[in-house]
Amino acid sequence: MTTILPRKDAVIVGLGWTGAILAHELTEDGLDVVAIERGPWRDTATDFNIGYAQDELRYGIRRDLFLQPAVEAMTMRNNTSQTALPMRDYGSFLPGNGVGGAGVHWNGHTWRFWDSDFQIADHLRDRYGATRIQDLQLQNWGVTGAEMEKSFDRFEYLAGISGRAGNINGRIQEGGNPFEDPRSRDYPLPPLQMTYAPTLFAEVTRSLNLHPFPTPAANLSKDYINPLGIAMGQCTMCGFCERFGCANYSKSSAQTTILPVLMKKKNFEVRTDSEVLHVDLDVSKNHARGVTYVNTSGEEFFQPADIVLLCAYGLHNVRLMMLSGIGEIYDPNTGEGTVGRNYCYQTNAGAQVFFDDKNFNPFVAAGALGQTVDDFNGDAFDHGPLDFVGGAGINCIPSNGRPIQTRPTPPGTPRWGSDWKKATVKSYKSTLGFSSQGSSYPTRGNYLDLDPTYTDRFGRPLLRFTFDFPDNDIRMSNWVSDRMEEIAKAFGGRQYTNTRRKKGWDSVPYQSTHNTGGAIMGTDPKTSAVNKYLQSWDVANVFVIGASAFAHNAGKNPTGTVGALAYHTADAIRQQYLRNPGQPLVSA
Amino acid sequence: METHCLKRPTRRQFLSSVAFTVLASSAAPVMARSISGSLPWEARSADPPVQVKPGGWLFFTLEEAQTMEAVADRLVPADDLSLGGKDAGCVLYLDRQLVGSYGTSSRLYTKGPFMPGLPTQGYQAPDTPAQRYRSGIAALNAFTRETKGGRRFAELAPDEQDAVLKDLEAGKITLPNKVDAKSFFNLMLANVMEGFFADPIYGGNKDMASWKMLGFPGARYDYRDHVSKHNQPYPLPPVSIAGSTEWMTR
Ligand SMILES: Cc1cc2nc3c(=O)[nH]c(=O)nc-3n(C[C@H](O)[C@H](O)[C@H](O)COP(=O)(O)OP(=O)(O)OC[C@H]3O[C@@H](n4cnc5c(N)ncnc54)[C@H](O)[C@@H]3O)c2cc1C
Ligand code: SF4
Repeated sequence: MTTILPRKDAVIVGLGWTGAILAHELTEDGLDVVAIERGPWRDTATDFNIGYAQDELRYGIRRDLFLQPAVEAMTMRNNTSQTALPMRDYGSFLPGNGVGGAGVHWNGHTWRFWDSDFQIADHLRDRYGATRIQDLQLQNWGVTGAEMEKSFDRFEYLAGISGRAGNINGRIQEGGNPFEDPRSRDYPLPPLQMTYAPTLFAEVTRSLNLHPFPTPAANLSKDYINPLGIAMGQCTMCGFCERFGCANYSKSSAQTTILPVLMKKKNFEVRTDSEVLHVDLDVSKNHARGVTYVNTSGEEFFQPADIVLLCAYGLHNVRLMMLSGIGEIYDPNTGEGTVGRNYCYQTNAGAQVFFDDKNFNPFVAAGALGQTVDDFNGDAFDHGPLDFVGGAGINCIPSNGRPIQTRPTPPGTPRWGSDWKKATVKSYKSTLGFSSQGSSYPTRGNYLDLDPTYTDRFGRPLLRFTFDFPDNDIRMSNWVSDRMEEIAKAFGGRQYTNTRRKKGWDSVPYQSTHNTGGAIMGTDPKTSAVNKYLQSWDVANVFVIGASAFAHNAGKNPTGTVGALAYHTADAIRQQYLRNPGQPLVSA
Repeated sequence: METHCLKRPTRRQFLSSVAFTVLASSAAPVMARSISGSLPWEARSADPPVQVKPGGWLFFTLEEAQTMEAVADRLVPADDLSLGGKDAGCVLYLDRQLVGSYGTSSRLYTKGPFMPGLPTQGYQAPDTPAQRYRSGIAALNAFTRETKGGRRFAELAPDEQDAVLKDLEAGKITLPNKVDAKSFFNLMLANVMEGFFADPIYGGNKDMASWKMLGFPGARYDYRDHVSKHNQPYPLPPVSIAGSTEWMTR
């Protein structure tokens, strides 16, 4: 039995980063908005308690704040010749759960994708010719960097990002990232004070004629009042950041930047601990009537709404579309269908340098406190003589010294016993790590669909990943690892390691929660699921907001661009869609 | 699907200015709720950790506990850097974990069918950690009884224990009852290390022994005064979530 509830102007599925932005924007226009959130209500004072937020076992290892696989798991295989099996525990990536979503426990590296990303197919074809990218399914996103600038700026000012501009209106700024696109003004806050390891990394990379700059961080370098009037505090570099909620109101999240204003609005309501099962379409299949959700007692409700906004995190957005029959599911054999297409990830590798005479105090750290080198990222360098496209940011962002997880030892060290202990104590403070965060480009065979065997607690099919690192990306990562080796040597430590990315995506060790694509934006309904305003081509009153819209993934963390796309969509709804509800904003 | 329409409530009733409207009347521990019109705050709504109290095993039998104490003392041996795994409380930690959600895998995806997977697909067997310890310890003792003159693992000399553990780690030993030696070893290693390095409130890391050994300041939360003191030792001793031994009156 399903209880039918009173109609709302808009229903938002998921109250994480994007859900909170959309809720705030649409309620400003007087819309009556309800958000339905699978996980619990969470707030700083009660749930990220300074008395016990710093509990590595609970939050870092058992991952108390995350989505538990018992609630929803996903299956994976590296290619279609294998049988996908469920990830019985999440490992490689860790989806969020509860109000604030993954924004509660992210690191806070906050990047802008470049114009050469948004127009990637044209850009690379013009520069290197069509054959260079023929094995990849690269597509333009349908927007330009210039068009997105205002929305990037709004997200950065909402979140109080600490950083140093590298290019203001075309003028290169000393100490910033010279490879970034022009921005209209500097970051709202100056960079964080640097710890020792990134300071040394900056010295060494500068001596190699590279261009290190402070990583733009959603860990606040100073007290800040954002444009909504919400106050945030200075980051204390507590070292319990990624995987943890911030007890200091210093990490930007829905909780610290939006909810104090949003929750007071009479035209907004959130229903927590309620999982949306699907979007209900009318008989025409091109209009959504609302959503069906189930609460913790198993009672089902139908929430009618004029607009449905999927803000459930990219992967969940894709699965909800598939379960609801919005658009056609992608088929890698025919290349037809768009939902599930162009799933991409991140192609990472790492290096460590072991010293005898240094103390890095690894526990003095924040999620995004560090230095980045973008000389080898995206298309910042000439790929003419090379056999790949794409690149990686090289980051020295030591985020913690939490000892269950962070105990570097040199190669050859036993894993237990007295020798293990000696090496562990010797290396704990004196090891410097840095890593490459590489682009991930789409191929025909990497995609998402529904698993034929495994089901969730309601008996509905789980999302299935078919993914491996494309050869192009492996070549890219290896080439960047060669550059990392040059950097590692230049540190002059006792010894170093340089761990290269190999084929065979492994779902067990943590890599990053940067799952992109599956409901990508674009200019052609045959090859994209949503238009440039993230409006479904198939069901015009459904908008799908998140990294699901990325047509490929760059060598950067996604959320700066996700936040910008959220504002871009909100503007389109407020300024265009509401004048002509139910109509496509772009004609197919 | 059958649907049922409620008598349409007025907007005012529905968008109640009361912070919480419990949508469901049920005894479920987590309840769906509706929040509107204010930023909710409830006294004591948080969920602090519960300090593990020593005294009696909740999961292990005495023999199992002795086996695990012997294992913990070889993985983390007592030496001039720290006390050993047994005295650090690693087995107390493990015992309490195994009676909780970790031991029963209640948070994991445990639906079938169970099929052997590729290494990239992770652990695929149906057994929970609690079941793996029960069968793993029994298999380990059966193996040493069989091959070491009737002695249980805990009765072997330390260097004999080390040799058995090395062979388990390398998968050179075939344990009875189809227990996978390597994977059982990895489970024990991961859990003993968790106990040794986790906050002492969970029963291990007695007196923050491992944190003192590393120089990890523990639950301190503010390093602003030290961030620019590059390459200089951090001056303060660690604190736990429960405080610091120096703060306690004994
Ligand atoms: C450990 C970690 C570190 C990260 N670090 C960074 C970083 O440094 N930089 C960066 O750019 N990004 C980082 N990310 C990624 C970042 O957190 C996400 O990109 C961002 O939160 C995405 O916003 P979103 O709104 O799409 O999803 P979320 O913020 O995750 O919100 C989605 C919400 O939808 C809810 N939901 C899902 N399904 C349903 C359903 N069926 N019904 C109802 N509700 C549902 C979820 O519970 C969740 O609350 C990190 C992520 C993790 C986990
Ligand atoms: S490192 Fe800074 S932003 Fe991160 S949780 Fe700690 S205080 Fe908050």
